[in-house]
Amino acid sequence: MSDVTRDDLIDFLYEEVRMLDDGRFDEWMELWTQDGHYWMPLNYNQQDPINETSLLYEDQFMLRLRIQRLIGARTFSQKPKSRCHHVIQRPHVDEIDNEAGRYRTVTRMHYVETRLDDQFLLALTATHDLVRQDGALKIALKKVELLNCDAAFGNIQLLP
Amino acid sequence: MAHYETRAEIEGLVTPFQVHRDIYIDQDVYRQEMKHLFANAWVYVGHDSQTPNKGDYYTTQIGDQPVIMVRHTDNEIKVLYNRCPHKGTKIAIDRQGNTGKFFRCPYHAWSFKTDGCLLAIPLKKGYEGTGLSDTENGKGMKAVGAVHNYRGFVFARLASEGIAFEEYFNDSLSSLDNMVDRSPAGRLEVVGAPLRYMHQCNWKMLVENQTDTCHPMVAHESSAGTAVQIWKDMGFTDDDPKPAAMEIIAPFMSAYEFFEDMGIRTWPNGHGHTGVHHSIHSKYSEIPGYMEALTAAHGKEKAEAILAENRHNTVYFPNIMIKGPIQQLRNFIPLAADRTLAESWIFRLVDAPEELTARTALYNRMINAPTSIVGHDDLEMYERAQEGLHADGLEWVNIQRLYQEGEDFETEAVENGTTERQMRNQFHAWVKFMTVSMTQKEAAE
Ligand code: FES
Ligand SMILES: [Fe+2]
Repeated sequence: MSDVTRDDLIDFLYEEVRMLDDGRFDEWMELWTQDGHYWMPLNYNQQDPINETSLLYEDQFMLRLRIQRLIGARTFSQKPKSRCHHVIQRPHVDEIDNEAGRYRTVTRMHYVETRLDDQFLLALTATHDLVRQDGALKIALKKVELLNCDAAFGNIQLLP
Repeated sequence: MAHYETRAEIEGLVTPFQVHRDIYIDQDVYRQEMKHLFANAWVYVGHDSQTPNKGDYYTTQIGDQPVIMVRHTDNEIKVLYNRCPHKGTKIAIDRQGNTGKFFRCPYHAWSFKTDGCLLAIPLKKGYEGTGLSDTENGKGMKAVGAVHNYRGFVFARLASEGIAFEEYFNDSLSSLDNMVDRSPAGRLEVVGAPLRYMHQCNWKMLVENQTDTCHPMVAHESSAGTAVQIWKDMGFTDDDPKPAAMEIIAPFMSAYEFFEDMGIRTWPNGHGHTGVHHSIHSKYSEIPGYMEALTAAHGKEKAEAILAENRHNTVYFPNIMIKGPIQQLRNFIPLAADRTLAESWIFRLVDAPEELTARTALYNRMINAPTSIVGHDDLEMYERAQEGLHADGLEWVNIQRLYQEGEDFETEAVENGTTERQMRNQFHAWVKFMTVSMTQKEAAE
């Protein structure tokens, strides 16, 4: 496979949030490495996802469960369903290592989620650790840092 | 005109097996709860590991009262109203910090020792001969009525007179003891920040839900049921070793029988717990090195006895819940009749393997976060109830499951794990602490 370019990375990130906005979760699950993790820290500058509380630190089993639940017949908090919307800045490409097949991007975005009469906005920074596997880019770690991570929230039901 | 000013009106809201909906939706009832219930009860403030050094403070609230928990120069924990005696400015705004030897108000620089006593006022001669020192404000920041630090857990009673700590909690302290005894050093430490989860519902709905054993397999079918199904689809059976996340979530789907058999214990003054004989925490796998550490500290027999207790949720009336086997505390802070902040704290067992902390953190984010697939359905139920209670067709809420005539809440009892007795126990205590300080006039009317 030819080298991954800056544009390839940026396209990948735009496509990822589009899948989330469209609710194409099965496709979204294909974007991950087998041991990929989605991390949303609870604390500003939190370093440890394991030994202190995070909002999310989910492996592929938990992510599968999360998206499977969203379409369940008895998922009461999704009657009616939530919708979401990402507005992203052009991602910063902080690392391109084609030799090792490793890449890192940092993307600032606004995330809007709505259900019934309620809508809320989260400002956040997403850091993606990407790897190249069998010619495709995969997410090894997605870290989502909320600007107001220390605020009290109601339900956040979809994924920023 | 405000309602619910008299003893008779308050008592009229609670029958042996029904409570009136105004208990959840009426602003006057809420105001009376803040004035009476949260002043007369012993309310959880914080853990002393949050303020390990002299001058360390932590700001929170007791009911709707802003308070500061602070470690004084004599190493004792003090709880002060967070309000300057001069013009009312909040003294501390940070959630935590260190104030050194004294607090200094940011407005006109009155300063106070960490037990609240007035230390200095700039240009003090301006008060000479004015009689300031004869006023209550001239003495300094006001302390709450009483404070008790029980093995690191700090409780306070706002009222200066009232029930003693030991009488209020009595045998229910066995749940706190078990949680603390799980540390080989007999000490817990708060880990990290709490989850802060906002609920547009009455605080009592969250407290009642802690011993509501007939909802997990229904409300949480969407998460726990789906987890069990995915596990099966992956080709595993119930007997295969499970990852920690599955160990945590699968038992939510246990059959009614499991919950019936687990038992519920109630104590006087509104305290009680689920999981007398076993619980959803019973089958967690052993963490290497833990039993050895506990045995070295306590001896084999006591170590085994400590781990044989797997109490599920212990409610300390009025508004916290602890989970011993998970080392968790949830604080349901009332903000309005229809608004509650649920804070979920976790603890490290000092001198125990760090893997226990990892499991505790996993449990906290999986079950109690605003992003939790379990929490989502709980919140949905509470908020639907908060809205539904405004329907005028029926005015009463039913808490009658396994009700027996003439229930006596002044003695400890152990019953079928699906009873709603603990909810009835809470409302019995609710009436008691709502009315105990009502004036003669309020009582007579
Ligand atoms: S308000 Fe605090 S010193 Fe004036
Ligand atoms: Fe629940």
